[in-house]
Amino acid sequence: MKAFYKSPLSRITDRKLLFAILFALSLGFIANSIASAQGPTPTDDDVNRIAKQLYCPVCESTPLDVCPTEACRQWRDLIRTMLTQGKSEAEIKQYFVEQYGARVLAEPPNRLVAYLVPAVAILLGALLLFRGFQMWMKPSLTESSAVDSEREAKPSQDPYVARLEEELKKRK
Amino acid sequence: MIANFGFGVLFITFLVTLYSVFAAIYGDRKQIPAMVESARRAMLLTWPLLTLTAGVLIYLLVNNHYEVQFVYEVTSRSMPTYLKVTAWWGGQAGSLLFWSWLMSAFASLVTLRKWDRDREFLPWVIVVACVTMAFFIGMNVFFENPFAQLYQTTAGIEPHTFHPANSILFTPEDGRGLNPLLRHPGMIIHPPMLYLGFVSFVIPFAFAFAALITGRTDDRWIRLTRRWALWAWLFLSFGLVLGSRWAYDVLGWGGFWGWDPVEIAAFMPWLTGTAFLHSVMIQEKRGMLKHWNMLLIILTYDLVIFGTFLTRSGVLSSVHAFAQSAIGPLFFGFIGFTLITSVALIIYRWNSLKSETEMTSMLSREALFLLNNLLFMSILVVCFWGVIFPLISELFTGQKVTVGPPFYERATAPLFAALLLLMGIAPLSAWGHSTVQTLGRAIWKPTLGAVAITALLFVTYTQKIGALIGFFLIALVILVTIYEYLRGAYARQRSQGENIFTALWTLTGRNRRRYGGYIIHLSMVLMAIGIIGIESFQVETQGRIGVGESLKLSNYTVTYKELASWDDQPKGVNFTRAVVDVSRNGVYLGQLHPRRDYYYDSQQAMTIPGERATLRDDLYVLLIDWEPASTTGATFKIFVNPLVNWLWLGSFIFLAGIIIAAWPEKEMERVAVPARRTIQQTSAAD
Repeated sequence: MKAFYKSPLSRITDRKLLFAILFALSLGFIANSIASAQGPTPTDDDVNRIAKQLYCPVCESTPLDVCPTEACRQWRDLIRTMLTQGKSEAEIKQYFVEQYGARVLAEPPNRLVAYLVPAVAILLGALLLFRGFQMWMKPSLTESSAVDSEREAKPSQDPYVARLEEELKKRK
Repeated sequence: MIANFGFGVLFITFLVTLYSVFAAIYGDRKQIPAMVESARRAMLLTWPLLTLTAGVLIYLLVNNHYEVQFVYEVTSRSMPTYLKVTAWWGGQAGSLLFWSWLMSAFASLVTLRKWDRDREFLPWVIVVACVTMAFFIGMNVFFENPFAQLYQTTAGIEPHTFHPANSILFTPEDGRGLNPLLRHPGMIIHPPMLYLGFVSFVIPFAFAFAALITGRTDDRWIRLTRRWALWAWLFLSFGLVLGSRWAYDVLGWGGFWGWDPVEIAAFMPWLTGTAFLHSVMIQEKRGMLKHWNMLLIILTYDLVIFGTFLTRSGVLSSVHAFAQSAIGPLFFGFIGFTLITSVALIIYRWNSLKSETEMTSMLSREALFLLNNLLFMSILVVCFWGVIFPLISELFTGQKVTVGPPFYERATAPLFAALLLLMGIAPLSAWGHSTVQTLGRAIWKPTLGAVAITALLFVTYTQKIGALIGFFLIALVILVTIYEYLRGAYARQRSQGENIFTALWTLTGRNRRRYGGYIIHLSMVLMAIGIIGIESFQVETQGRIGVGESLKLSNYTVTYKELASWDDQPKGVNFTRAVVDVSRNGVYLGQLHPRRDYYYDSQQAMTIPGERATLRDDLYVLLIDWEPASTTGATFKIFVNPLVNWLWLGSFIFLAGIIIAAWPEKEMERVAVPARRTIQQTSAAD
């Protein structure tokens, strides 16, 4: 019984200790939630996923994830920082476009013109080919019909030839 | 002194080519055979002259003559001798000279044959070859002199062809050294291989041009240059494959084709060249597609010049462009001039290029070859548009844009798929008449087989629709080709009583063109397997790990063991090499050694991957970064590239196929017969 008796002073100290522990814990929770709100440290893969879609603004035709220069390393670090701040992929790409122009994107922003022109050219080519083909085919058709009408116009005198013609007509 | 001598020889060669052009034209117009012969000999003279020029340049390169600007730019004392020799094509000026040297060699080869039957072609072949040579040598003489020397003038150190007043010759201690990216076996063979392909295509063009001018627009010019076209195509294809392999091994981004403008510049003549190779078969067998063949070879020639121009002029800057000079507008002018002249000639001869037979069915072999031409031209249109679109955008909107892989892949994938389908159908189509029924009867068995294989892949390997469509088409082509082989072999078995292997051998031997062609088709689809594998299924990861830690990717575990860094003084390189253990599904496979080579003279680094290659996939490990002070943490990037080695395997089989297709058949004996009158020649069936 004696072991479980606590003096009023120690009860207050206990409570203080308890409050201190609870306070520290809650601080911990808040700190954690702040940290999580900023996102976990982006991995290299996260950075590369975005860098892959961008081109180095100064080197020629080099994607940002493979460019070895110091400047590109700094740009990749910039992407990492922006990811840590919680920016989305689209926001980061938009930032780069605003800073360095449309050339940092792997595809021209005006995609319609880029895809439309070759598509139209190819379709035109196919159309020309088809028309040319039809023209090729047509003479042979008109030719055979001309031959037919010729044959019709001159009915043969020879009975054997006449019979032959009959047979041929049947087999057509 | 020696450099001035070299320049003198080069200048004389330029004059000789000009003489050759005018003598040939004059001799032809005035019907003076002696003038034409003089022109021919002048053209033969260019090769020894250019060899002498090249010899002088190589002498300067090997003997550290850094007062010569070109030698300074591409060599250094730390480079081994063989690299100093190959540095000949390591820079713009030397590269142009190399082009001219190859051109003179091939032009000479072509003229060292009997011209009895084709006398009227000779002057014009000389004209085309020498105009092209004059252009390239002129580039060297007037704009990119490989023999320009460095002079200390009042304005500073400048390169000059002739010693300017108030200056002295300046000899640097050491050269800048070749870009380390180029000090690789692949890069040593890749430019010569590509140039061999480019230059070889000039010969068929020269004959086509001659045919247009002389009016001999039958298939004689095609038969004369058939082997040239095949070899040109072989070299160009190999140049592309070697360049891809180099990029894969050395550029360190885990891929082999980046749709870089310069890659595309070499790819475009390949497209028209392939279309040309197929299309000429139709002219030989049916006397059709004559306009197409002229157009295709003219396009190939101009695309060859355009390809050289893109690599050299820096107009569309890319990974390859290492110089920007005034030659851009000149190349543009030359291409414009040759294109307009050639097209004008086609229009002039339009009627004599009319087809001799008609196409009667849309599924006949002729019609399918026409479709083949259309598909290749469509891919060409996509590539060309992608390459010039940034320029056009900059011109009209002032805004520079990048046209990267997504555009090309999306736009060309359906076209390539259609080509694969055609590869499966065309061998089964018949000349003249083919219907859905006849084709259907021939193709239903391979199609069923292809469906079965695709279903198996769906269950065991992947569910990606794009990849499955690709695999279906590949399976179709393989099965159709095997089917065609077996059909022919069984026919021989039955009629000749040979066993199956002898039958296959003699079948191929008797009709090398067709069966060599089938092997080439097979090699192409094997390469397609590799391309689909890496495009659809590549995975990557990057991470910083300490010694003993691992990165995991796709069943592979890569464990960092150690790292060492040391200088190689004679080579002028600092090597940093990491050792990693590799295991797959827990099974230890071995070690890889990715490294970083830093070259002191050019202050550039190369990232060499550690690679483990199997037919299933490639494990590709790059050393990206490491802690300098304590070598405890290092950053690695790992790629797993499934199926990519089928690409290289396919290229070997491609070589075999071309050798078979190009193997000379016994020439028939020539007997002199008095000609009664000139008849238009069409070939007998092959």
